[in-house]
Amino acid sequence: MNDEKKDIEKDFEPKIVGFLCNWCSYAGADLAGTSRIQYPPNIRIIRVMCSGSVDSMYILRALLEGADGVFVGGCHPGDCHYIDGNYKARRRMVLLQNILATLGLEKERVWIRWISASEGQKFADTMKEMTEAIKKLGPNPISKKWNI
Amino acid sequence: MVKKTNNIGAVAVVGGGIAGVQSALDLADMGFKVYLLEKSPTIGGVMAQLDKTFPTNDCSMCILSPKLVDCSRHPNIELLTMTEISKIEGKPGNFTVKATQKPRYIDIEKCTSCGDCASVCPIKLPNEFEFGLSIRKAAYKPFPQAIPNAYVIDKEGDGKHRGCVECGKCVKECKAGAINHDEKPKNIKLSVGAIIIATGSTPFDPIIKPEFGYKKYPNVLTSIEFERVLSASGPFEGKIIRPSDKKPPKKIAWIHCVGSRDKQVGNEYCSAMCCMYTAKEAVIAKEHDSNIEPTVFYIDIRSFGKDFDKYIDRAKEEHGLHYVRSRISEIVEDPKTKDLIIRYEDDKDQLKEDRFNLVVLSVGLCITQARRNEIAEKLGFNVNDFGFVETNPRDPIVIKPGIFVAGSFVEPQAIPESVMQASAAAANAAALLKDARGTLVKEKKYPAERDVTQEKPRIGVFICHCGINIGGILNIDEIVKYTKNLDDVVYADANLYTCSEDTQKKIAEVIKKHNLNRLVVAACTPRTHEPLFKNSLREAGLNPHLFEMANIREQCSWVHSDKPGLATDKAKKLIEMTVAKTRLLQPICESQIPVTQKALVIGGGIAGMTSALSLANQGYEIALVEKEPFLGGYLKKISFTVDGIDVKKTLEETVEKVEKNPLIKVFTSSVLNSLNGYVGSYEAEIKTAKGIEKFNHGVTLVAIGAEEYTPNSYYYGKDLRVSTQSELEKKLSDLLPGQIHDGEVFVMIQCVESRDEKRPYCSRICCMQALKNALKIKEINPYAEVFILYRDLMTYGFLEKYYKQAREKGVMFLQYDADNKPVVHNNHSLIVKVFDPMLSQNLELPADHIILSTGLNPGNSTEHISKMLKVPVNSDGFFLEAHVKLRPVDFSTRGVFFAGNCHMPKFINESIYQAQAAAARAATILAQPSLSAEPNTAFVDEDLCSGCRLCISICPYKAIESVDEVKNGKKITHAKVNEALCMGCGTCVSACPSGAMQQKGFKDKQILAMIASVGGSE
Ligand code: FES
Repeated sequence: MNDEKKDIEKDFEPKIVGFLCNWCSYAGADLAGTSRIQYPPNIRIIRVMCSGSVDSMYILRALLEGADGVFVGGCHPGDCHYIDGNYKARRRMVLLQNILATLGLEKERVWIRWISASEGQKFADTMKEMTEAIKKLGPNPISKKWNI
Repeated sequence: MVKKTNNIGAVAVVGGGIAGVQSALDLADMGFKVYLLEKSPTIGGVMAQLDKTFPTNDCSMCILSPKLVDCSRHPNIELLTMTEISKIEGKPGNFTVKATQKPRYIDIEKCTSCGDCASVCPIKLPNEFEFGLSIRKAAYKPFPQAIPNAYVIDKEGDGKHRGCVECGKCVKECKAGAINHDEKPKNIKLSVGAIIIATGSTPFDPIIKPEFGYKKYPNVLTSIEFERVLSASGPFEGKIIRPSDKKPPKKIAWIHCVGSRDKQVGNEYCSAMCCMYTAKEAVIAKEHDSNIEPTVFYIDIRSFGKDFDKYIDRAKEEHGLHYVRSRISEIVEDPKTKDLIIRYEDDKDQLKEDRFNLVVLSVGLCITQARRNEIAEKLGFNVNDFGFVETNPRDPIVIKPGIFVAGSFVEPQAIPESVMQASAAAANAAALLKDARGTLVKEKKYPAERDVTQEKPRIGVFICHCGINIGGILNIDEIVKYTKNLDDVVYADANLYTCSEDTQKKIAEVIKKHNLNRLVVAACTPRTHEPLFKNSLREAGLNPHLFEMANIREQCSWVHSDKPGLATDKAKKLIEMTVAKTRLLQPICESQIPVTQKALVIGGGIAGMTSALSLANQGYEIALVEKEPFLGGYLKKISFTVDGIDVKKTLEETVEKVEKNPLIKVFTSSVLNSLNGYVGSYEAEIKTAKGIEKFNHGVTLVAIGAEEYTPNSYYYGKDLRVSTQSELEKKLSDLLPGQIHDGEVFVMIQCVESRDEKRPYCSRICCMQALKNALKIKEINPYAEVFILYRDLMTYGFLEKYYKQAREKGVMFLQYDADNKPVVHNNHSLIVKVFDPMLSQNLELPADHIILSTGLNPGNSTEHISKMLKVPVNSDGFFLEAHVKLRPVDFSTRGVFFAGNCHMPKFINESIYQAQAAAARAATILAQPSLSAEPNTAFVDEDLCSGCRLCISICPYKAIESVDEVKNGKKITHAKVNEALCMGCGTCVSACPSGAMQQKGFKDKQILAMIASVGGSE
């Protein structure tokens, strides 16, 4: 890694947009709070009712607007409050990740994870992990609008 | 019109575990005032302590916590925590319940649950929620999701450790002024019409079984302690480590039946759920750490519930659970390694030993002696030999007139049974108090809503300091300044506590003064506080959905306290995003769905009849459809029961009650021809012998039963000496003493063509059928010989006593293995060959009669009904509930319920309470003339819809249909959402390729506006 890249990595604070389902992941994020578990402040959380309602368009738009990463959090398989929305989300995500390549974006910029209401620690860990991973990837190459 | 009644329209529910919570919610929804009394500082009970639930491995807290929140928000429920019942006086319809409420020393209304008191509290105590595996302060909250969402001060301590010393630090620290150290106990007197007791039972304390070394060796835990070890929010954060050295154990042993099926400790019953939770704990441990080698020491594997067998199979095959049939003699510790040596007798009576790093004792449930005395003294209930409350199996929920029971206070059982009984208890109370329904609930009057749709957005933003919880970390002044500059924000200011009474008043004033039409509160999580603020909007004459919250506490200040600068930036952004969404909010009117207050019950067996009676007794009109010429169903085939209760008489009485009830219209020899409509307004066509009858109704109950399975093996149908259990039962019921000879041999084979690949489920009732018949044979002639060849004897709960009785009467039990099934030879005489693992050899039993236990199959109209009602079945063909644990009588489609054997095979008493539960759930809908739709339902822009039907196939609730319409002379096809059925998940929105489908409160343009505002500098 050359020095320049290292510098970017050091100063670069990625912007991550997170879509969390109301019943599990959002509650998991709340629990991280009640348990005062610290994680990097890079995520901007948008509450949705179910991970199944996260339109591919939302994710694409976030990336086109310049988000460096997009996180989708849902209930564990079988736990979805609306029966199987999370399975639908997962299927959609696989399709979407293929499209990302055609846009010249790494598919690792979009994460989908299952986090339950009792997994505050897991939520925080995932946030750390994702922030690190996106830092490594560097800024979103199509980021124009966002000046950070 | 004021109804004249002497009954009181209120119910006291005692016990705030899952059973009490369910009863309270059902009754409150039906229009009764509910007092929910709980001894501890929070509701939730044991379920709150569980990590996951079997057989779906659902996260326990995730499914429980929304119910707890519902309880605390319900306008008809009054929560009385730290309250213990001391006396019941009066009569059904008019009781006085006396109780004492211990001081909490913290005002629930003022407490913001920030935890500042705990952080300064100097006193440390073992945390009872974590079974002492961690510590807590004297000022504490039992667990993060506790309801009421408030702290409590423990002044008593736990005997060994003293509690609060009144140092006063917390008083100084609490910015909300919520602490009052001088609070005194309160005596409470409640006037209620009925009482539901749901106080549960206690996990067995293995300290009285010294051979297990519990509390002597650190690495011996109970199963409920192990739940906390597994829990991500538990003492070890979900890492599987053992207490002695905090290292991950490799070999873990579980020991079944600790404190259950145990004469020595006086618990000669089976605790019914330990087999399953053991498998669950082992599977989950293995999922956490694949190096773990789980071994289970067991007597029987009682997998008698729905989909339990499949779970155990998977545990063995996929997760490598190693099962050892054995009896434990003792556990000793290797003092050097702190490992444990288990000494046991295996199934060949050989003494063996094995070493483990950690041992988990699968403890059962019991009623402690102290509780027993209390029950006897204070409440005067009859209890059985084991201290559990006694009820009549034909009226399983009634302790005394007007006093009902639910949950494990009546028998050890798993969550779904408790939930069913809880709803059943609600149905019983509702029937008793039907003329007082709605008399004690207050309806809140709000001013008329101002129409804001034509106005330009004028947004007000309230930013909360939350004491120092937000304000101590974020730079609030800076945030206020930033927020004031956002477009359309006409007001922004900070408050110390936005949720306090006075700020609520201020909100209303500010709305008026600045003529606001939309509101944002930047504070804590909307999951707990949104309803409060929405209420303030309504009081100020605004539609409650013109409101959003920015979560800058749980999801900002609390998690980034180490980076105040970045956290402040984040909070600004979160507010900006929220404002961006709020700008585009539109009022949502929660549509009202009219309800025809009548029910259709399909199936006239005991379940269907019980549901119909329960609903009729609550005052609703019923149509009961039965395809046979007579009511009674499977019960007609039962001649006698093991508990000696006269089934024929029960049946006759029930049929008579149904037929004489003026509110029930019975259609025998009739079938459901068609069913149209949805919750609230269904239209049924019933095909009767005389022609088609129409019936309009609001809810549909399915109770179509199951069929006996006809076996194809063991010479059944070819040799008259081979029969099924129910054929034998019929014969036995007419036999007189002397009609069975001395030495006549009956060989019963259990699980015939059951629990195998083709029918991979246990039918739950066959073991008892066998025992019942065996006991009857022995009663007719004690010198007859009865052999029961079984795989696992499913005599769960108190049924265990019949197993014991049969053994005492000389019935011989021989266990066989699934892959070594008994074989029958038929050369004139019948010989049953079976491998006896104890003797390691084949036995040959010459038999005069062979009786096959074959279990039940789904009823033959299941498929038809499933298609007509669009409700699902599981892989075995039994109806599939909306949620195995918490919605055990609901289909996922709103307004359709089920009960009885069509759900899975079960006993009469179980069918009865399930049927009453279904009636209660149905009554929560029937109680109102109209029903509110979910606020966040989907809707279609008909001009954009291409009619592709993608949404129809993806909707989990079958809430979308396709309609043809002529618009401007053109025929168009578009989707249409049925608001009554839509639950607001939004899945269809994301699936819609043309952007025609939108979700209220989460419209595409609202979400996109949030996304767009993430960009830009802060
Ligand atoms: S509700 Fe959480 S994923 Fe569906």
